[in-house]
Amino acid sequence: MNPTIVSFVYLVAGILFILGIKGMTKPKTAVRGNTLSALGMLMAVVVTLLDSSIMNYNLIIAGVLVGGIIGATMALKIQMTSMPQMVALLNGFGGGASLTIALAEYYSKLGTAPASFADLLTPVAATAANFGQGPEGTIALVSIGLTVLIGAVTLTGSFVAFAKLQELMKKSYGLPGGPTGNAIFLLAALAAVVALVLNPGNTVAIVSIVGLALLLGLFLVMPIGGADMPVVIALLNSYSGIAAALAGFILGNTVLIVAGSLVGTSGLILTQIMCVAMNRSLANVLFGKMAEGGETVDADEIYAGKVTSAQPDEVAMMLEMAERVVIVPGYGMAMAQAQHAVRELADAMEARGTEVEYGIHPVAGRMPGHMNVLLAEAEVPYDKLVEMDRINPTFEDTDVVIIIGANDVTNPMARESEGSPIYGMPILNVDKAKNVVVIKRSLSPGFAGLPNPLFAMDHTLMVYGDGKKAVIEMTTALSQA
Amino acid sequence: MEILILLLALFVLSLFLGVELITKVPPTLHTPLMSGTNAVSGITLVGALLAAGSDSSPLLVNGLGFIAVTLATINVVGGYLVTNRMLAMFKRK
Repeated sequence: MNPTIVSFVYLVAGILFILGIKGMTKPKTAVRGNTLSALGMLMAVVVTLLDSSIMNYNLIIAGVLVGGIIGATMALKIQMTSMPQMVALLNGFGGGASLTIALAEYYSKLGTAPASFADLLTPVAATAANFGQGPEGTIALVSIGLTVLIGAVTLTGSFVAFAKLQELMKKSYGLPGGPTGNAIFLLAALAAVVALVLNPGNTVAIVSIVGLALLLGLFLVMPIGGADMPVVIALLNSYSGIAAALAGFILGNTVLIVAGSLVGTSGLILTQIMCVAMNRSLANVLFGKMAEGGETVDADEIYAGKVTSAQPDEVAMMLEMAERVVIVPGYGMAMAQAQHAVRELADAMEARGTEVEYGIHPVAGRMPGHMNVLLAEAEVPYDKLVEMDRINPTFEDTDVVIIIGANDVTNPMARESEGSPIYGMPILNVDKAKNVVVIKRSLSPGFAGLPNPLFAMDHTLMVYGDGKKAVIEMTTALSQA
Repeated sequence: MEILILLLALFVLSLFLGVELITKVPPTLHTPLMSGTNAVSGITLVGALLAAGSDSSPLLVNGLGFIAVTLATINVVGGYLVTNRMLAMFKRK
């Protein structure tokens, strides 16, 4: 195939990716955008397959079959509540693909044919000229080193993120020395990149980068707790894109660079949005410390004798009179698989003429937009899913707020108690509503480990128990009223 | 060297374009955005195909290429399908 035609098709593919993401700016055009993007992918793959240097299709067919079956099975079977796990795995596979491409490119340019694993470590007499003319050879080597580094970190980091989300790994582990330990690993890996660039035949260097980066990925994510996963997933998403763009520099491939940088920026922007929504810096999330609270707050002191609990049918009586209700979902709704039950409760209220909206905090759930997807699955129209900034001014005119499985994002200490670890975090001002109903298993604290004064307020009712069961009981009581 | 500069220019301009595009995506669609960009990053399949299919390379290179093709295909197929599944839920009324 003529290289000019290939480049032209890559350009068209790049345009289709851009139009695809542009389509995502509105729910109505999003499906079409996704289709355009997939079309771009198909074109890029087909034109590459016609490349004259591809002589042997056996491995390609095998890989596409295996990957296609795994990918399609995952995509069609996965539950919406488990979407963070799916995205974590996809991030990891993306990093793994860039990692293996960079390694393949390195060993093919090296011009040796390693016969055993020991040969992988045998130094080879090679110069930067093996990888390209003049500065291009050096740039290719730097790109190989960095792609391997970022790809490997993304691979293992994402698998740890998956294990945490799937609750296979419940505890947090870290290197002794915390951030310092990680920094030492990172510097060692970067030193190996430099060694590789200085002596391109130094196969020990490239294998060291792989090993160090795989470990670094583990140690980076292992200390991070579940509720910080939205940031971690978004960041790893960005890494997988950056690795792809760097792989583009190795291969001199334009479409990899365009697509990789779009993904890289997407992940970074989402990371930043999540950090702002938690009022924490990226370093603070990554190196795992919630700010140390000034005065320790005693949960018993806040709750003692002030918490009012209620049964679902009592809440239903309150809902009968309400003109406007806001439902605030959190990760607990996902855990209880209560999204359909919540929609049915909303239907029952709307049938009585009550106005119902949903208030969505940016970090509710385990990944950006998690709650929206769950509620969309339950067929809640997306115009009822209201962002924090738009829902907050409406709480004063709201008769009842129903909080299901959310805690820290409603904690008024973030607004009022200076010196509290979460002070300054933007929250949903649910306490401004006339009545607040909290559906929760117990008074146990959320991820921040803080008591929530909201639970002890005069106008707050606690409904203890399983979220789904409680909501269904409310719906039943309301429909019988 | 000229080619490098061109690639670098492409990279930088794509970053700026990315910022402009992504900041306009509403929070409602952030989850499908992430799975959709996962699919797009499966574009590494293009590089993987070249590594897996070259006849003149050592077996190791073809083997790595096979792994890369498999992983990138999971991203492409899984990413687009699951994104489509989610977006279809947002579309219906």
